[in-house]
Amino acid sequence: MRYLPLTPQDRADMLGVIGAESIDELFVDVPAVARRAGVVDLPLHAGELEVEREMLALSRRNRSASEGPFFVGAGAYRHHVPATVDHIIQRSEFLTSYTPYQPEIAQGTLQVLFEFQTQVAALTGMEVANASLYDGSTATAEAVMMATRVTRRGKAVLSGGVHPHYVGTVETLAHAAGVATERLAAAIDAEDAVIAAIDADTACVVVQTPNVFGTATDVTKIAQAAQAAGALLIVVTTEAVSFGLLKSPGEMGADIVVAEGQSIGNGLNYGGPYVGLFACKEKYVRQAPGRLCGETVDADGKRGFVLTLSTREQHIRRDKATSNICTNSGLCALAFSIHMSLLGEKGLRRLALVNHQKAVALRDALAAVPGVEILTPRFFNEFAIRLPVNAAEVVETLAANGVIAGVPFSRLEPGAGLDDVLLVAATETTPDLDITIFAKTLTKVLAR
Amino acid sequence: MSMNTVGRPTRPEVAVNDYIHPTLTGARGLLQDEALIFELDCWDKTGVDLPDAPPADDLGDLVRTAPIGLPGLSEPEAVRHYVRLSQKNHAIDLALYPLGSCTMKHNPRLNEKVARLPGFADIHPLQPQSTVQGAIELMDRLAHWLKTLTGMPAVALSPKAGAHGELCGLLAIRAAHEAAGNGHRKTVLAPTSAHGTNPATAAFCGYTVVEIAQTDDGRVDLADLESKLGDHVAAIMVTNPNTCGLFERDVVEIARLTHAAGAYFYCDGANFNAIVGRVRPGDLGVDAMHINLHKTFSTPHGGGGPGAGPVVLSAALAPFAPTPWVVSRDFGFKLVEEAEGPAAQAFGRMSAFHGQMGMFVRAYAYMLSHGADGLRQVAEDAVLNANYIKARLSDLMSPAFPNGPCMHEALFDDAWLEGTGVTTLDFAKAMIDEGFHPMTMYFPLVVHGAMLIEPTETESKQELDRFITALRALAGAAKGGEVDRFKGAPYHAPLKRLDETLAARKPRLRWKPVAVAPLAAE
Repeated sequence: MRYLPLTPQDRADMLGVIGAESIDELFVDVPAVARRAGVVDLPLHAGELEVEREMLALSRRNRSASEGPFFVGAGAYRHHVPATVDHIIQRSEFLTSYTPYQPEIAQGTLQVLFEFQTQVAALTGMEVANASLYDGSTATAEAVMMATRVTRRGKAVLSGGVHPHYVGTVETLAHAAGVATERLAAAIDAEDAVIAAIDADTACVVVQTPNVFGTATDVTKIAQAAQAAGALLIVVTTEAVSFGLLKSPGEMGADIVVAEGQSIGNGLNYGGPYVGLFACKEKYVRQAPGRLCGETVDADGKRGFVLTLSTREQHIRRDKATSNICTNSGLCALAFSIHMSLLGEKGLRRLALVNHQKAVALRDALAAVPGVEILTPRFFNEFAIRLPVNAAEVVETLAANGVIAGVPFSRLEPGAGLDDVLLVAATETTPDLDITIFAKTLTKVLAR
Repeated sequence: MSMNTVGRPTRPEVAVNDYIHPTLTGARGLLQDEALIFELDCWDKTGVDLPDAPPADDLGDLVRTAPIGLPGLSEPEAVRHYVRLSQKNHAIDLALYPLGSCTMKHNPRLNEKVARLPGFADIHPLQPQSTVQGAIELMDRLAHWLKTLTGMPAVALSPKAGAHGELCGLLAIRAAHEAAGNGHRKTVLAPTSAHGTNPATAAFCGYTVVEIAQTDDGRVDLADLESKLGDHVAAIMVTNPNTCGLFERDVVEIARLTHAAGAYFYCDGANFNAIVGRVRPGDLGVDAMHINLHKTFSTPHGGGGPGAGPVVLSAALAPFAPTPWVVSRDFGFKLVEEAEGPAAQAFGRMSAFHGQMGMFVRAYAYMLSHGADGLRQVAEDAVLNANYIKARLSDLMSPAFPNGPCMHEALFDDAWLEGTGVTTLDFAKAMIDEGFHPMTMYFPLVVHGAMLIEPTETESKQELDRFITALRALAGAAKGGEVDRFKGAPYHAPLKRLDETLAARKPRLRWKPVAVAPLAAE
């Protein structure tokens, strides 16, 4: 077995040193009822060639985004990731290291995290950021829990523009923790409606921009209303590239910003692993979840970095911790940080403009399709359209014709009465020709 | 004097102590002194070539006009920056990484290769299911392997890490109690030796945590458990093999008592590597257990993540599993995404999508490579390696539980350091100088000055011997009064010992564009 270095002779010699007759003696504490004599009913070991062949066969039964016209977004976006990113994250020292608990031999990871935190703080317009969470949805749930600790209140208000799967993730955790949630009905352009729902029990309002329908909103007024009522404003963003074009949540008064960072440095990967971005005002940082990297000095006075404020965390505080999180998305954060370093401010702004330009071109093409109505008034790289028929059925028909058209809103929230709404996205990876093909194919399908 | 091939002398005339003569640049040979990206004066560069695009006039006031503050590096600068940083990290690929409870085993490169196939890496979680049948089938096959290896009827794949799996398990337990009208059960029992995530997760779910005592031989105290069980208890959380590296001999009785009290048995599966292929948790009476794919099934730790923490569930808990899950139909595979029909009792969802697919691909490739026979060998070699270390160090160091075998990790206390002036921390830092990553220290909390050594099965006997020789030499030095070797350690790492107190007292969590005095001077 190629991953196991011990030879039969090694094993015999080692048992001799231990003073055991057989390996079974080392499992003597296992109750007799649970001792299994033979191997379990699964295939036996296989060579690298055989495994690769089997994996390749499975992978070929999936239609990848690069194979043809592709317009799916709704929380995960296809972007070009420079080859440098994947090369660096496969370096042994980054790939096969653990959480940097011994800082003297983990300065590589720690400096990256410090740079990552600084990049995320700058992008979101916030004072501080943590070293990443699992993804955008779990980061949102963590932010809501944090707001209840900061305000000592027990209710979260979520706008009708928040991604329904994010809402579901928040509700699952909030229910268990005894936090009430009030989610407004799905609405394309009504983030401001949360203002009316704020009351004396409200710990936080959660709004998304661009929201799940693609609508970009200035949340300044919401921030003012929330803070006047003693509540925090949590701003969610599922498309991190939008930070390069749209006013940052921090500039608009957000208290906590959470985002899905997948768009920068990370592939689609069928839903994970992704990287949750988490940033907040500095005064709240001791209530923040997750790891934080901070600057310090070594015994010689040289600058170095360590994980810090860990008295918030589970391995120290146990049942009093701010979160149960331990493992985060370290390698995805590294990929994010490398891609961000390559882009720089100049590249990010340009990338964001190209995305917007592509989406505008897509809107113009789809607006010309008979029966299609554009629903989203202001967008970054994604918007909603209304079809004269059921959107899920159109998506299936288009898929059969080689076009992966987008996400029917009914897939995210079946009961919303928006079965005719389709979410479509374009990025720098979308060729103009594919936009033309999409519009033509949709025209044909709707004409049937 | 030795000569190299071009005839020049290679040995210096006089021995030079590099600690007396620090270098002029801060670099030390191959080790570069690398600034932060924010200090490289790269504010107007980019390493990505993109076409020009018109301004977004249609967005009006929404457009970001103020500077963001992000430096950009050309490709060669970026590569050099990150390669220089990488060389300041310890890694499994460099040497043994014996962090107990973390299972730092070799990460096969085949898994990295297949995870990058476009059919896995470049597919979207919300594209039509008819276009990703291979991906859903892979999830179904992974689920089959996990269920078969654990002897459990169901698995929830979506949790993103071990602690997220614990949350998933407890939420299923909570939902089951609520469905049965037992919502008043609000207590979770866990041993003092538990991972911090156990009490933190229980508290996150609104439960009160009560600790279970431990016997002198490192196991759950049955009498104490029995006295604390009752109508108020929702679940127990027990790690098995436990955090002392021992198999809970009475686990079947623990399960029986728990069930008799109407509570569920959550097993922390962080240490599944010790028993995979040899013991099925389902045979022990477990109701829910998370499996860290980044431990037992070798997906890389990546400097702190990502992980993946699927949770196997008993028949009693299966109906409450979170969405989405996979079902096999005549016409193919389907992801059930909404809590309706057969999923009507699902407790909710753990995250936006279906889980850590990139980790599923790697773990499944690892399972296929090892097979049922290889996985059993994994457990046996992991346990053999740990016992070998324990046997060869027990005359110099003090094993916390000397009687009987350990499982996959060997636990020592600091009794053997008494009177030497050297602490567990000092000893760990001195290991760094000898080329090894320290073991897990001061955990579990029940053992004084704990040193928890988990070698894993992917270490050769030669590497184990090298490690043992180094530890024996260090132990000898500690007992021989060489306190300086330990107190100032590490001497040979990229940095000396770091001031963690200062970092916490004056948190500086990001680079700031203004010139500030060095931290030490404040």
